[in-house]
Amino acid sequence: MRANTHFAFFDEGSKKEIRRATLKAVAIPGYQVPFASREMPIARGWGTGGLQLTLSLIGKTDVLKVIDQGADESVNAVSIKKLVQETTGVQVTDQTEEADLIQSRHRIPEIPLTKDQILVLQVPMPEPLRPVEAREYATKRMHSEDDYSGAWLMLFEQIVKYGKTATAADHPVYVNGRYVMAPSPIPRFDNPKMHQSEALILLGAGREKKIYAVPPYTAVESLAFEDYPFAVESFEGQECRLCGSAHIFLDELIDQKTGETVYQCNDTSYCMEQLNSTEKAGVENSYA
Amino acid sequence: MHEEPILKVRNLRKQFGSGCSHCANLDSNRLEKNYCTVCGTVYAVRDVSLDLYPGEILGIVGESGSGKSTLMQCLYFDTDVASGEAYIQTPALTGTNVFELSSQQKRSIRNHDYGMVYQNPVHGLKMNFSSVGNIAEKLIAAGNRNVGEMEATSKRLLGNVHIPLHRMKEEPRNFSGGMQQRVQIAKALSNNPPILFLDEVTTGLDLSVQANVLDLIKKIQRELGISMIVVSHDLAVIRMLADRTIVMLNGEIIEQGLTDQVLEDPQHAYTQQLVYSLL
Ligand SMILES: Nc1ncnc2c1ncn2[C@@H]1O[C@H](COP(=O)(O)OP(=O)(O)OP(=O)(O)O)[C@@H](O)[C@H]1O
Ligand SMILES: [Mg+2]
Ligand SMILES: [Zn+2]
Repeated sequence: MRANTHFAFFDEGSKKEIRRATLKAVAIPGYQVPFASREMPIARGWGTGGLQLTLSLIGKTDVLKVIDQGADESVNAVSIKKLVQETTGVQVTDQTEEADLIQSRHRIPEIPLTKDQILVLQVPMPEPLRPVEAREYATKRMHSEDDYSGAWLMLFEQIVKYGKTATAADHPVYVNGRYVMAPSPIPRFDNPKMHQSEALILLGAGREKKIYAVPPYTAVESLAFEDYPFAVESFEGQECRLCGSAHIFLDELIDQKTGETVYQCNDTSYCMEQLNSTEKAGVENSYA
Repeated sequence: MHEEPILKVRNLRKQFGSGCSHCANLDSNRLEKNYCTVCGTVYAVRDVSLDLYPGEILGIVGESGSGKSTLMQCLYFDTDVASGEAYIQTPALTGTNVFELSSQQKRSIRNHDYGMVYQNPVHGLKMNFSSVGNIAEKLIAAGNRNVGEMEATSKRLLGNVHIPLHRMKEEPRNFSGGMQQRVQIAKALSNNPPILFLDEVTTGLDLSVQANVLDLIKKIQRELGISMIVVSHDLAVIRMLADRTIVMLNGEIIEQGLTDQVLEDPQHAYTQQLVYSLL
């Protein structure tokens, strides 16, 4: 017997409350809206913020995709998919174009998202100013007063210490020219995808009880000094060893046999699609 | 002096606690020092008025608890005042009581017109950021977005306060008290502020280090013409630095004048006690 019989796990009241916070987040781009984060059957810190957003949004006809660091098949992604499927019966997919709701940890898919899609990002640490200011009331005031010296100072320190901006991920962005936002631990490579995104982007932090948003067609600008322009990770001259794609985010791997450094698409479903289409093209060519 | 004061403070009050029927009437002398024994309210600063003239060092001396730090924190907007006015002599702010400005406007004054050196370096520095970064913080806050420029300015300022080049990227938590105070001074000077507040900058430092820091302050006054309020409970420091001196007791100003006059010929019994006990 299943203890929980609500569609999408939550009772309607809970979903409504999350949606209300979401609407406020959409109305104030980049602003962190507090919400009553609920107990979930998965541990906090494992995507409960994203999951709560997904569950509050999903409808019977939606098609869901869940990715964890680019992979659709990771244990985490699979267990989230399972939970949603069991409580909603919705269809799931690996294909980015097929999905209308995409929950992701640490990546934005390579295929550009459309206005018919919503991207939900899981956020461990929503406060971009936390490393310089531990007190929540103080960071709240900084946001309200547009006082982002702290965010700039962190970047300055990295440059002074390492000669470049050392943010591997979660590089802070200005949203709509007003709020500085943590884009979640996506690589810098994905930051530009948020700028003027056609899809609505929602970010949820379960443990920290915050929801925030980048509405469609919103300016998202990565923080950068005049003399140290923002730059994404460079994979100049590299391509995926499996599908041959370039100009996408690549994982750096060490080939166990040869000991060589090899590269491979981080977005596994993108890689698969490229492989399929080249195969198809190959087959078609051989018939031609 | 015929000049207009660069900073004018009128009837500043600051209290900790909400007062009660016993102490609310501030005219009556019903306090134990600065403290209401009935409700526990501390009247830390009571009706303080002062003028700071361009290029001068104004000394504030008084025993522990007399309200010196609280006064400085009020002027620097670290804490809200109960009542009172302050006017800064800059074209944009003429005739404006700066205590009534929005917190954003106050922040802008802090970033452009004021420098502050706190009694405790922990309040003025981010101990786990580099010294260069600590100085850049103030430049960033004032709107600079050029790393090369800010790094160069920071290094020049740190050099001026004798922080060795090879230690500039170090975090101030590794530094001695004297070095921390010098980093604070460099930071306070970073935006060429016309007004500098120094709260007990030499307290707790070795005598030789003290002399070093005092020389530095003198040099800053001489070369940059910055107006300063220097707080100390040490009359020797006041004697060396201040042109004019204010004596505070229990949150009130009890005596003021040219430093030499106050120290040679004190009028108030408390000041007399203070001066003669030093001799
Ligand atoms: N946050 C606070 N809450 C309550 N009382 C306070 C607070 N801060 C200061 N006070 C009180 O206000 C009075 C003035 O303190 P202040 O620190 O301004 O004195 P001071 O002259 O700087 O002393 P010192 O020479 O020891 O630095 C003291 O009685 C102090 O106990
Ligand atoms: Mg003090
Ligand atoms: Zn009282």
